[in-house]
Amino acid sequence: MTPNPLWRRYARISGPDPAADVKDELSFHLQAKIDDLVTQGWSPETARHEAERQFGNVRAVQQIGARIGEKMERRKRLQDYWTDSLQDVRYTFRTLRRDPGFTVISILILALAIGANIAVFSVVNTMLLRPLPFPDSRQLVWIAPRPTACGLSCATYSADAYEEFREQSRVYQDVTGYMAFTTADNLRLTGRGEPEPATGFEVIGNFFQVLGVQPAMGRLFTPDEARGGLHPVALLANPYWRRQFASDPAIVGKAVELNGTPVTIVGVLPDSFDFGAVFSPGSKVDLFTPLDLNLERDWGNIVTLIGRLKPSVTVAQALDDANRVAPNIYFNVKYPQTLGRYKGDLIPAPLKDYVTGKLRRSLIALWCAVGAILLIAGVNLSNLLLARAVARAKEFAVRGALGASRGRIVRQLLMESLVLSSAGAALGLGLALMLIAWLAHQGSFALPLLGSLRIDGQALGWTVLVAVFTATIFGLLPGIRIASGNLQEMLKDSGPGAGLGRKHERVRAALVIFEVALACVLLVSAGLLLRSFVKVLDVDLGFQPDRSASIKVDYDESAPTEEARQAKRGEIFQQIIARVSALPGVEAAGISDYLPLGPNREWDTPVPKGKIFSPGELPDPLVYVITPGFVRALGIRMHGRDFTWADGPHSERVVLINASAARVYWPGEDAVGKILMRGNEEDRVVGVVDDVHEETVEGGTGSQIYYPAMQQGPSGAQLVIRTSLPPATLAASVLRALRELNHKQPSAEFRPIQTIVDRAVSPRHFFMLLVAAFAGLGLLLAALGIYGVISYSVTQQAQAIGIRMALGASVGHVQRHVLAGTLQLAFSGMVLGTLLALAVARLISSLLFATSSWDLPTYLGMALALLLVAAVSGYIPARRASGVNPTEVLRSN
Amino acid sequence: MDTAKLEFFRGTLDVLILKALIWGPLHGYAITKLIRRQSDDALLLEEGTLYPALWRLENKELLDAEWGFSENNRKAKFYRLTAEGRRQLRHEVKTWEAYAAAVAKVLGATQPPLPEEVA
Repeated sequence: MTPNPLWRRYARISGPDPAADVKDELSFHLQAKIDDLVTQGWSPETARHEAERQFGNVRAVQQIGARIGEKMERRKRLQDYWTDSLQDVRYTFRTLRRDPGFTVISILILALAIGANIAVFSVVNTMLLRPLPFPDSRQLVWIAPRPTACGLSCATYSADAYEEFREQSRVYQDVTGYMAFTTADNLRLTGRGEPEPATGFEVIGNFFQVLGVQPAMGRLFTPDEARGGLHPVALLANPYWRRQFASDPAIVGKAVELNGTPVTIVGVLPDSFDFGAVFSPGSKVDLFTPLDLNLERDWGNIVTLIGRLKPSVTVAQALDDANRVAPNIYFNVKYPQTLGRYKGDLIPAPLKDYVTGKLRRSLIALWCAVGAILLIAGVNLSNLLLARAVARAKEFAVRGALGASRGRIVRQLLMESLVLSSAGAALGLGLALMLIAWLAHQGSFALPLLGSLRIDGQALGWTVLVAVFTATIFGLLPGIRIASGNLQEMLKDSGPGAGLGRKHERVRAALVIFEVALACVLLVSAGLLLRSFVKVLDVDLGFQPDRSASIKVDYDESAPTEEARQAKRGEIFQQIIARVSALPGVEAAGISDYLPLGPNREWDTPVPKGKIFSPGELPDPLVYVITPGFVRALGIRMHGRDFTWADGPHSERVVLINASAARVYWPGEDAVGKILMRGNEEDRVVGVVDDVHEETVEGGTGSQIYYPAMQQGPSGAQLVIRTSLPPATLAASVLRALRELNHKQPSAEFRPIQTIVDRAVSPRHFFMLLVAAFAGLGLLLAALGIYGVISYSVTQQAQAIGIRMALGASVGHVQRHVLAGTLQLAFSGMVLGTLLALAVARLISSLLFATSSWDLPTYLGMALALLLVAAVSGYIPARRASGVNPTEVLRSN
Repeated sequence: MDTAKLEFFRGTLDVLILKALIWGPLHGYAITKLIRRQSDDALLLEEGTLYPALWRLENKELLDAEWGFSENNRKAKFYRLTAEGRRQLRHEVKTWEAYAAAVAKVLGATQPPLPEEVA
């Protein structure tokens, strides 16, 4: 008996066959039995019958045998596969160690590409894929009218409307909302040293219950407290509790002083609840107080609506229900004529869509951009591996000759790419972690949920997926090329000029062209977004943000009558402005209750005196209550006159309107001197100011109206100064001046107006930055690709170059030849890329601003950048080519 | 006693196969012959049932199988005990003996057991 007899190898040359083995084994048994019986004197015929009788059911046993055999065979194959794979891994590590340059470059390329993919996936996952951070968040809907020109006032509802809607709707578990007209630093925390500013939102009593937020400490508001209970209460946001109250574990039940009133802290909200991240991106909210609807009944539209749908109710059903309810809802129940004013204006939509819907397209574009980066990196790696594969052709041929199957060699190559991409993914994960940590703390980007950005299990899963995918795309092609090549031929001749080398070079050139084309698309997209961003920055906002700054001012206007309040307010404001204007460097100062590009509101529908308009024809202008000097301080152009301090409670009512409003009220006429009617009240238009972008930098502007703070009640005061110095240098002196007038003035943030504009354009800025970074990365990778191919072909053609130089070709000639090859590659890639880019640019046209998707400068810039980069990456090998020493090259081969 | 009627308890065949291979590698037919001869023809197994048992043992890696030539030069599959098989055999023999002793004790009893104290 020999361990593995030769005949076995031939008998099973086409691979193991357990069923045949079983058959052989059993027939041997029967034959041996027959032999024995014959020796005992049986006739061969009867012996066979006897043997089969004694054996029992041959076929059944055979079937069992085949089944067991197959199972064993499978297990053996798996074991073999495993040992082979371990061997491959060991072998891979050895080969990669032998070529550290290649290894390091590949891992770096992969790390950049995979890292970008992980980071963007996390952003997309946080903002788009993951549900909002509330229990059963799919039930939450945001109820608002379609966007209109009259700002926040037309996106909110009155206290009465909220209550009626809540009562009459049948599809909600409950409806809640919050006071929309809240500005940053609207509260003053006193009684603890210097007054500190704080941002507090008034929310309807059931707000947290509807969202499903449980307090980390203490309790939520009770219905009594929500109805204007005797004792004012507040809930603290977790970061504010940690920062302002040093995480005081006994804070619940303590009283703090807000705007001079003692308020009891009833609870602290959990860290996971970030109001700003969801409802007001880019801003921080410190505390919450219950909104007393009774106090707000006559204030018009003030609350947003958020509903929690009953389980299994769809948004479409909710819309039907809202349309049913809308005609029965009063704007104000005291005025019957306001019934049905919200008809068609109660539109529930998933809260998630409200929060991040606007970003969907940008995020998808971003995702595609990193996808392209991954493809470019994959193609690059494919190219590098292909070059190596040709260089290693001999090695593979030898392995083939020694019995390694093609499948085995392909597996070996795939294992190499898998090891490389795993290393790249690990490093990329580190890069992504850093990028994500950085992004999560970029408060200046007003993007929802940015703070909750993190690498989670899903992102890790995505990493694995991306790593395996990349390994497959870049490992398979070289593997297939090698496996389909003739191993014998490789063994015979793998020197320069070999047929296989040529074929590989064509494949590699095609890959580079593809890579350049992808880089083209990225560059064009980034270019278009960059141009849009520049155009956005160039938008005439109607005011001049540079060299002007604002600070929230605290004042006490308490007086028995409205008239006395107005007079007192006027005095205080005049004092403040006189004092601040006297500071060195201040050119102008003024106060407004709202600033552009922030919250805003409208009051009613003024009518030009003596004119008749059909209902709905006149706009509801946005209202700003300002002091003299504000127009100049913000740098708004105007004609007519500014308000003066003489425009007091007893003098003629005056207003300023913007150009848009003037065009509607008195088309083709000068509005200055005309009268606007608000009910029976007459307001004289004393000046017309330019349109100010009130909500977005990119959108259009509607009608605006400005009232003097001495005649109308402002809802707060933002002091704006214009200075000839850098605004930040004035922060201390302005605050000191305000403190001298009012010791309760909190140290509110002194904000350059430019930061308000920056914040407004920050989402565009964010995406533009990322796409531009990815385009740069794509360009770099494409350059590496070009360099790799040209440099490799120069090495391969060293002999030919040497001969040509020996025959008298000049250095310049050789260099030109190599450069021409490079530019040919780049040019082919650019032609293909331009075609692709034209298609892609149309897809992203909705993300562009005042930039055509055919924007010529962008395409030219892209072409220039690519040609430049291609020239540089071709020049290095070209120099090397011209440095070839003919005698040496010729001797060496 | 009618020898043909002596049936195998479940699991008995496995231990007999392991025992049969303790003197060296054998093919399936030789194993049947060995078992029959050692039991003085008392144990007659239906030969077909031997093979599934062999394959099961091979699958459990208690046996190792190799192809070779029989005494009259036919291709045959030879089975050999692995180290694990040897260990298993020792264990089975012990269990078997303890079992047999216990059964024998009960069957050989001459008087009923003493009544147990009931708590």
